[in-house]
Amino acid sequence: MITQQETLLEMHNVKFRYADHVVMNGLNLSLKSQETLVVMGPSGGGKSTLLRLLLGILKVDHGSIRFKGKDITKLNRHELNEMRSSIGMVYQYSALMSSMNVHDNIALPLRELSKKTAKEIDKIVDAKLELVGLKDIKEQLPSELSGGMKKRVGLARAMALEPTLILFDEPSSGLDPINSVLIDDLIVALREEHKVASIVVTHTMPSAFRIATSMAMLHDGKIVEEGSPADFRQSKNRFVHEFLSAYLTHGHAKEPKHANS
Amino acid sequence: MIAKLGAITTAFLQELSSLVWMARETVAEVYERISTKKSPFRLTDFFVQTDRVGMGSVFLVSLVSIFVGLTLALLTGYQLERFGMVMLVPITVVISFTREMGPLLTGIVLAARVGASYTAELGTMTASEEVEAIEGMGIGPLRYLVTPRFLAIFFMTPCLSVVAIVSGIVGAAFISNLSLDLNFSYFYDQTMDSLLVKDVISGMIKSFLFGGIIGWIACFKGLAVRGGAAGVGTATTSSVVTAVTTVIGCDTLCNIFMVSVFK
Ligand SMILES: Nc1ncnc2c1ncn2[C@@H]1O[C@H](COP(=O)(O)OP(=O)(O)O)[C@@H](O)[C@H]1O
Ligand SMILES: [Mg+2]
Repeated sequence: MITQQETLLEMHNVKFRYADHVVMNGLNLSLKSQETLVVMGPSGGGKSTLLRLLLGILKVDHGSIRFKGKDITKLNRHELNEMRSSIGMVYQYSALMSSMNVHDNIALPLRELSKKTAKEIDKIVDAKLELVGLKDIKEQLPSELSGGMKKRVGLARAMALEPTLILFDEPSSGLDPINSVLIDDLIVALREEHKVASIVVTHTMPSAFRIATSMAMLHDGKIVEEGSPADFRQSKNRFVHEFLSAYLTHGHAKEPKHANS
Repeated sequence: MIAKLGAITTAFLQELSSLVWMARETVAEVYERISTKKSPFRLTDFFVQTDRVGMGSVFLVSLVSIFVGLTLALLTGYQLERFGMVMLVPITVVISFTREMGPLLTGIVLAARVGASYTAELGTMTASEEVEAIEGMGIGPLRYLVTPRFLAIFFMTPCLSVVAIVSGIVGAAFISNLSLDLNFSYFYDQTMDSLLVKDVISGMIKSFLFGGIIGWIACFKGLAVRGGAAGVGTATTSSVVTAVTTVIGCDTLCNIFMVSVFK
């Protein structure tokens, strides 16, 4: 049994680069179970890359990533696939199979990776759809859904195999405020009701503060600040400060409170 | 000039090594599934693909073959008529179709029809992160997406080649009856006499080979797509061009080899 305090994931001195473009340069990050960690950072700062490294889709050049105590950079193919099936991922653009209807999309990991019968799978699909607040869309294709619905179907798919950790890549990007809040509520519900930890990568501030139990700031391939949302509001770190005040000036146009280095 | 040649060679070798790499990865993924007593792909997926390759192409393959068979009979007929040897038309058509035209026409039609659609489909899936999502779920994308497609075209190409051979001969018989005064029963007897096991076998070997080449190149080009919709377009063109060129090249090599072995 995983207790509240147990460390679920730990990244240590991770380095990674695409050809000659350095993206991660000695990154350290840790996550406790049943925590919602929000990782903020500028566009192109390597947030999606971070999630790909966690899933082992990209291999680190240096350093270690421990998930449930095992170093995922040293797993063989089978162990890696097992590990992946206990982590769900919600993609920025949903990444639903466009040739399959909603039901088959959610059933896909169950069909491929579990030994469940078609009947059991149907039940799980219904349960997961209900969980994300969708019904009567099982026969529809992803192209017939709105952006918010696609995200929620993506979440239902990510939850199909009962993961202990779910990764979100910019869950509120491209959504209107109402849908964005809906997704935020689901992320909170994951933690509160389903005891699932999540890592949410975003640069949408209101959403970040709504869902986070802890926060991290990614800058230049490193985590430059890590702490609770309260810590973040008072952070003296220059980049955190810039980030927050940019949001404040945009969100509340009256406060021209720019950060100076 | 030399620099350009060098660049082309490097690019070619890189592509080749990626193709081999994909083969190794696919085998490893399939092996992982088998060693955990799970099937590497679902049989229904395989049948969906065979239907797409086979039933989807049978009309086009036979149509093209009928036309080529007809033309071949007509042209050889006019040539042979001058020497009074029109009766040799059936054997010419039969041999050229079983050994050469059947597999080659099938290969070209499949590269254009199936190879292009494999590449476009897998390319679109790659561009929209669907392939990455499959991988991220812990489902090997190669065994899940590539194996059913590859096996479908690998096994359907010889079947379609048979269709092409029969259609070509029928086309030839038809025109021979009309314009060369060779009646159907003569054509039929001649066909049966000149059909040799070694010709049929070499045609079938080629067909498997062509099917494999087209399937592999098409899947590879699809999964290697970078850069959205434009990337899918380029990859699809490149897939067809590469597959057709490789098929014709391999055909030539096979002919040289087979003629020197089976002489
Ligand atoms: N496949 C790739 N090849 C080369 N560079 C890439 C690739 N993917 C992303 N990058 C680069 O790496 C950096 C980080 O990308 P990404 O992780 O997608 O950022 P974010 O998700 O924070 O916007 C960007 O500068 C991007 O241009
Ligand atoms: Mg991103």
